[in-house]
This record gives sequence, C-alpha cells and structure tokens, in this order.
Amino acid sequence: MTATTEAPAATAPAPEIGRDRRRKEDQRLITGRTRWTDNITLPGMVHMAMVRSPFAHAEIARIETSAAASAPNVIGVFTGADFGDELGVCINAWPLTPEQVTPNHSPMPADRVSFAGEIVAVVVARTAAEARDAAELVDVEYVELPAALDLKEAAEDTVLAHPDAGTNKSALWVFDSAESGTGGNVEEAIEKARTDGIVIEREYRQQRLIPAFMEPRSVVVDPTGEQLTMWSATQIPHILRFALAATTGVPESKIRVIAPDVGGGFGGKLQATPEEWITWAVARRVNKPVKYTETRSESLLSAHHGRDQWQKLTLGATQDGTVTGFKVDLLADLGAYVAIVGGGVPVLGAFMFNAIYKFPAYRFSCQTVLTNKAWTDAYRGAGRPEATYAVERMMDELAAEVGVDPLEIREKNWIKHEEFPFTTVAGLTYDSGNYEAATAKAKEMFGYDALRAEQKKRRDAGDPVQLGIGISTFTEMCGLAPSRVLGSLDYGAGGWEHASVRMLATGKVEVVTGASPHGQGHETAFSQIVADRLGVPFEDVEILHGDTQVSHKGLDTYGSRSLTVGGEALVRAADKVIERAKPIAAHLLEANVDDVEFSAGTFSVKGTDQGKTIQDVALATFAAHDYPEGIEPNIDAESTYDPVNFSFPHGTHLCAMEVDTETGRTTMRKYVACDDVGTIINPLIVSGQVHGGLVQGIAQALWEEAVYDDSGTLVSGSFVDYLLPTAADTISFDIDHTTSPSTTNSLGTKGVGEAGTIASTPAVVNAIVDAVRHLGVSDITMPCTPERVWKAINTSSSTGGPTEGAAMPHFDADESGTSSTEGAGA
Amino acid sequence: MTQISLTVDGTQVTDDVEPRMLLVQYLREKLGKTGTVIGCDTSNCGACTVHLDGRSVKSCNVLAVQADGHEVTTIEGLATDGELHPVQEAFRECHGLQCGFCTPGMIMQTVDLLAENPHPTEAEVRLGLEGNLCRCTGYHNIVKSVLYAAEHAGETQGEKAGAR
Repeated sequence: MTATTEAPAATAPAPEIGRDRRRKEDQRLITGRTRWTDNITLPGMVHMAMVRSPFAHAEIARIETSAAASAPNVIGVFTGADFGDELGVCINAWPLTPEQVTPNHSPMPADRVSFAGEIVAVVVARTAAEARDAAELVDVEYVELPAALDLKEAAEDTVLAHPDAGTNKSALWVFDSAESGTGGNVEEAIEKARTDGIVIEREYRQQRLIPAFMEPRSVVVDPTGEQLTMWSATQIPHILRFALAATTGVPESKIRVIAPDVGGGFGGKLQATPEEWITWAVARRVNKPVKYTETRSESLLSAHHGRDQWQKLTLGATQDGTVTGFKVDLLADLGAYVAIVGGGVPVLGAFMFNAIYKFPAYRFSCQTVLTNKAWTDAYRGAGRPEATYAVERMMDELAAEVGVDPLEIREKNWIKHEEFPFTTVAGLTYDSGNYEAATAKAKEMFGYDALRAEQKKRRDAGDPVQLGIGISTFTEMCGLAPSRVLGSLDYGAGGWEHASVRMLATGKVEVVTGASPHGQGHETAFSQIVADRLGVPFEDVEILHGDTQVSHKGLDTYGSRSLTVGGEALVRAADKVIERAKPIAAHLLEANVDDVEFSAGTFSVKGTDQGKTIQDVALATFAAHDYPEGIEPNIDAESTYDPVNFSFPHGTHLCAMEVDTETGRTTMRKYVACDDVGTIINPLIVSGQVHGGLVQGIAQALWEEAVYDDSGTLVSGSFVDYLLPTAADTISFDIDHTTSPSTTNSLGTKGVGEAGTIASTPAVVNAIVDAVRHLGVSDITMPCTPERVWKAINTSSSTGGPTEGAAMPHFDADESGTSSTEGAGA
Repeated sequence: MTQISLTVDGTQVTDDVEPRMLLVQYLREKLGKTGTVIGCDTSNCGACTVHLDGRSVKSCNVLAVQADGHEVTTIEGLATDGELHPVQEAFRECHGLQCGFCTPGMIMQTVDLLAENPHPTEAEVRLGLEGNLCRCTGYHNIVKSVLYAAEHAGETQGEKAGAR
C-alpha cells in the first residue's frame, strides 16, 4: 500500500556528500569572467604607488615631495606626517603575555623605518603608471641605523630593532606538562634518560618562507557612498571591518568590506595591512575611489613572511625507544612588528610537538624576537608544520639511535586506535583517529618493503645514487577554534562561525556563510552539504560570502576551519529551517506537527502518502495566505556555531628520494599520502587540497627560502630569486584516505586545507637524510639544495651549512673593481 | 602616443597608446579584458599568457605597439558560441584549478602546447608548463587536465557527457 506514496521523494536528489562534484566556481574562472580586486574600476578612480624604504633600519630625516607633486596628473603626495592618528594602526590581535613588547605599528611611520620595504610616502595619480613615475621623484633622506637581522643575535639584544623598546625580546610563552598537570616533569625524564636511556639533542632551522599567493594584494576604497566600501584581496573581510572601525574611528556600521574573487592566500592574506590602511586614509582624504595594487616584488618584500624559527629539541627515551620526555625551546622571528596573529603562530604549534605519540612529559617554550626584517605571520599550517617537522625528524633520529625501522619506533609510541578519545600531554583531547590503518594503507600503496630492499641493494653496491625513504606520521589541530580556548590564550576574538539559510519563494536556497573562500571551493562543498540537508537540488543552492553587507557576521577562513566550523554552522542553520518549516507544513497537510517527518526534501505525514516539499512550504510561507496562528511567516534561519573542540586530521606520508652522492642532486621518486580527514564532502576538492599542500611543504624542504643579506636587503625579492616550484620540478602523487569521522561535529569532518603542507616537509627531509645517513649525515638544513646535500656528504659540515646572505649572487664579488652596473655596455 | 590597430578576441580595435605600454596593460586597462591577469613583474609566472597570432606569449613581455596589426586571443575569446574550448573543459573536469588566478595563463599555454605536441607525455607536459606558476594545485591536476584534453581532443561535447 505504500508503493505509490511519497511521490515527491522519488525525485529527491541522490546524496551529495561524498560525491566528486565538479566545482561551481570554475565556469567563471576558466572563461576569464573574474572579479579580482585589481579588475575593479570605479568612476573617477585614482591610483596609488608606494615609496618604500631601501634600508632595514633608518631614521627618516627629510622627505622632499614637491617634484613628485608637480608631476603630470598627480593628485597628491602624502607622508606619515600628513596623516598622524588618522592613519590608524596595524593591530596585533594575540598578545602572548601581558608583558609582551609590542612596538607601535603605524602603516606609514613618519620618523623611523624598521625594515627594508616599509612605506614612507604614497603618491596618488590619475593612472597607476603616473603614480609610479612620480614615486621615483620622491626624495627621502635617511640616517641609517644598525639593523638587527640574525635571529639568534637579535635574541641577545646586541643591536636593537626598536631602540625605544629597550629589547628585541617580545614575549616568552611556556607550556609545561608538570605545571599544568597534563604530564610529568620533562627535566627529570631527560636526566633519567641520560643515565640509563637515550637522549637525542638537535637544533633545527625553520627557514623564512613567503606565502606567495598568485594574486598580488590589491585594495580599492570607495568613500563616495554613505558606507565607506573597501574591496580587498583578503582572507578576512570581517576581521578587517572590525579592525578598521577599531583603529580609524569610522563607525563599524559605516564600513563595508568586500573580498571579491581572491586568488589564494595560504595565510598570507590573513592580515590587516599597511597598504589597506593607507588606501583607506587616502580615499577619505581625496574623496575619490582609490586603488592600490602591489607589484610582485613589493609583495615578496612587504607582505608578511612565514616560519623563521630556531628549534632546540631534547628528546629522552628508554633503550628500546619508548619516549619519556620531549623538551622544545623555540626562537621565533617576528620581523619588525608583531603582526595580527604574529607570535601566536609558533604557539599554535605548542600543542602539536607531541603529535600522535604518548609522550609522558613535555615542555615547550617560545621566545618571540623582533628584528629589522619583514614581519612574519601565518603561512599554511601556521605553527603546526614546525612542530610536525621537529617531532617527525626526531623520531627518525631516535630510530637510527635504537637501530630499528623508523616506522617501528613510531608504532611503539603512538596512540592506539582503541585508546581514543585520548587526552595528550599537551592537554588536548583527540576525539578520533586510526594511525595503524592509515599507516598500513600507505605502506601498501608505497610498496614499502620493496623500496627498503632496493635501498639496501643500492647501499650494498655503493651506488652513487642512493635511495632514501622518509616517513611522516602527522596529526594537526584544526577547525580554529573553541572561543573559550582562544580566550584562555588571550587571543583577541572568538572562533565561532556564522551561517544563514534563506528559502526563496521560488524554491531556490540562498546560503550566507561567514567563511571567506579564496580558492578552496566553498561554493561547491557547502552547496553539497545544504542540498543533502534540505533535500534540494545542488544547482538550486547559492552560496553567498565575502561581503560584510551580505554576510554580516563571520570570522573568515584560516586554520582549516571553514568546513569543520563553518560547515557545522550551515548544518545547524539548515536544521533550523526544517524545524521552522515543520509547523507550516503540518498546517498545510492538516496534520498534527508531531506526526510530520522530514526526509529527502519532503515533509510527510507518518503512515500516509501525504507530503509537501520544502519548496512548497517556502512558497506558501512567502504567500503567507495560510499558516498557523502564533508564528511568523518565515522559515529562514541562522546559526552561530562555536566549536566544542579542535579537530585532529592525521595521516601517514611516505616519500622516496634519490640522492646523487656525487653532485648532491635530489630527485623525488615517489610520494604516497594516506590522510584521515574524517568525512569527505567532495573527494575531488580534498585531493586538490592535498596535492597543493604537499607541494608547498615539499618546497620548504627543497627550494624555498627568503634570504636577507647582511645589510637587511631581501635578496630573494622577485620570482627570479624566490624559488617557487614549477610543474617541471614536481611529480604526480599517490594519495588515498582512511576515515575515522570526527565525533565533535555533525558531519564528522576534520579539515584538510593544511594537512599536505604540515605532513610533507619532514617526509622529504627524512628521506634525504635516510639516503645518506650511512655516509655520516644526520641532518641537512632546509632547503636541502644540491650544494648543501653535497657539502653534508663531503665536508665536515654535517648539515650543509647556513644560507649565505648572497644565496643568489648578482655579481661576482671576487672581481674587484666590478660593480653591478659598470661594464654593462662593454 | 602611437596608434595601433589589432584584432582582440575577434574584434577589431584601434587605440592611441604610450609606446611603453605593455600588451597586458593594454588588454586590461584599455579594453577591459580583465580575464588576463598580472601575477609578477619579472615574466616568471605566466599568468598573463595570451596568444599572438596563434602562439602563446606572456603579454607582460610584449609591448602593445608590437601587437599592432596582429591578432590576439585571450582567455575570454577561447570559448566559441557558448561552447567551452576542450582545454577549458578539461581543467574543470580534472579540477585543474583552485583559486583560478593562474588559470587563464595555464589554459592559454596548454592550448599552444597541445597544438605543438598533440600527444605529450607527462614529462613533456611538465616541461611545457614550466613558465607558468601555480601555488594552489601542486600541478598534479593541471598535468592531469592537459593529458585529459590531449586524450579527448576532437570529441564533441556529447561524447564526453556523463563525465560530470
């Protein structure tokens, strides 16, 4: 008798979650119909060019602007002195300690510059070319000051980055498992290991990196409406709006921030920048729409950098390789200012050095240090790649010391799958995971045993090209973040996310999210979630984001949070829509609300063939001719979701590297990643995130480094010198997944944006070291260039040495009398 | 100012330009062809790749005056009669883009690469795209897209249906 019932359900779409939907975003992007900020043109719009300091540290003695001001079509030339407090300040949202030394960060200082690339004047002209021409005419007289450049030297306060601060040491942040009651005393554990166990002591360098998103930053400010509107190539339109209001005196209600199409970020666009603040001030001053788009060289020079730490590590273990304690002492280079998250980045790693392991005792300390270099902040992974690198390198060192396979030492120490939920020595509770399953699958995909056999064969034969196998069994904390946890860490905001779902009269669905995508594919994945939840076609769901007048509440996109936090807000808002629609559906069906159930887009009366689709209910609600007394004719709903925990994706990554011992050249032979990111919404998007993440992490291991010379000039300041990998440098990857759903959100998702980057760097370096360990090498400094690898093998320098200031020499210093310009016409 | 006349995406255009104006600036600022983007200032990234008389060029490396009398095709002129070019289709099918900023250049370079070598190996694809940088995809799916486009060359849209 039920054979003919629920006719509407028969047309319900197939489940969307888990489906490899092609992306909604792509049609525009592959046909060039894009809305990058630099594409925006407004009536009367003028353009800006920046005058930047060539010196790392100098007093500004005089700025002569008259020649620039009288250049063709110049509207105005402004310096910091022309604005004063009107400029606002660049904010630090995460003071690590109450005593933190935080230099005032004017977007355009009037008295002193603190890094090469800092803005000292801005030229406004009718065209960008005219602005740039005129910027060349601004004459700035500097009095050079000694610059604090080397991180370790700066930590000794030999030269001060900000003389009035009295010290370069910004904040010391400590976590100790004995003090916090989450574990034992690490000093005791290490002392005991010194007497009857194994102690591994190492110091690793996390080199300075540049996020290098493909779209240079751009900002347009239109002051001509009732609300001042800023378009910016940013990850954080909502935070930007708050910060503009908080620091420039414009009421938040008069500010509209729009992040249109944004071309990548990777943390690099998680910032409140001097360029945005200056454009804001100039637009208000000249009362015209103003645009500023940076050049790539400006971007590399002044957009925030990432990483830049020294890691001093001490690991204690028993003779059989059971870890008894891990002590981490970090020096972290902030650059010239404490950026918006700034010193918080290494602290995000504080909870991750123990990784997937059951270390009984742990201590972490981080000293943040000011220098006269570009500021540092989040770069993909933010704190967690550093932690993962340190622990995964150390586990390999321990395995070498014990004399067993590195996988064996990991297995001995990791949390077994039946031990979840597991509260770690850092005080976090991992809800789910299965390290055994991911590792078993990765080993099989890799052909682990066969490659080990080949390695042995080559080693025995003395093959000049040796094979190394690198392992990284990583985890990360993502889904930033429970607001109370952030509060306890003195972070300046919460970690919730907002979503609203609007049922339109025609049955289409508008979803507003506070997450702010910049390439990830939110529109597709979020549509899949809502389509499933509401039982509506994928195509009928429209995801709106990135405009504070549309998406009025949000905390934006970073820390692999969009899906785990923003996605849960979506789910809850959609569920509220169903709850709100139910009494109206019951009314239309002339049934008791308790007898109405919702499934696959249809409200039906239990035990009957009566049904109304959610679209029917939306239309009836819009008409509002016939709905129950005592309720509003509205089924739209919103949700603000504050996560109860972080999520903990994990995975096993295996990398095979070939190392030519005669030249130091390394070649990636194979890379396998088996990740557990919980429930997968769209496998196509997840695989893309993993691939891209892998290459960014591999690039840290092999190629990338921001290098300053001894006068504080960034010598890797263009794409000629900063070695971004190309298609020809990389290989295709073998990736797969295991699934242990997160237990702390409805969908079981864990986040995937940063996983590949976090996992891959130690896998690659472990592989290179593994290839040449028998030659007496136990470490190679990143990036593992052929020169370093060769030196590590062939000289007494066991790590290949530091990067020289002139990593990419532009002229031969040995040829006396030859400068970079002389002889050009010879 | 110098007067130039050229064909851009099938349309005849004439303008007075500064001799120093780059082709990419001309396309974006004078013609509003903002589908072609600028990603660097050292001609490394390839985001601005267009076709000049059917061959790929980095339009930041060509002066607008050099395009005088020639034919330029941008990403905006690649689809014909509302039908995506097979390479565009391949990039969508294989998830060969994320943020999409490098994509116009990648696609234009790929079209040229396949015109020169219709059945490339993976290694040839990787070498052929060496002048185009991408920060999102790790190139894995871009390479896949190019190989997919090569494999499905000459098929009509109908023959490929069902792929989505």
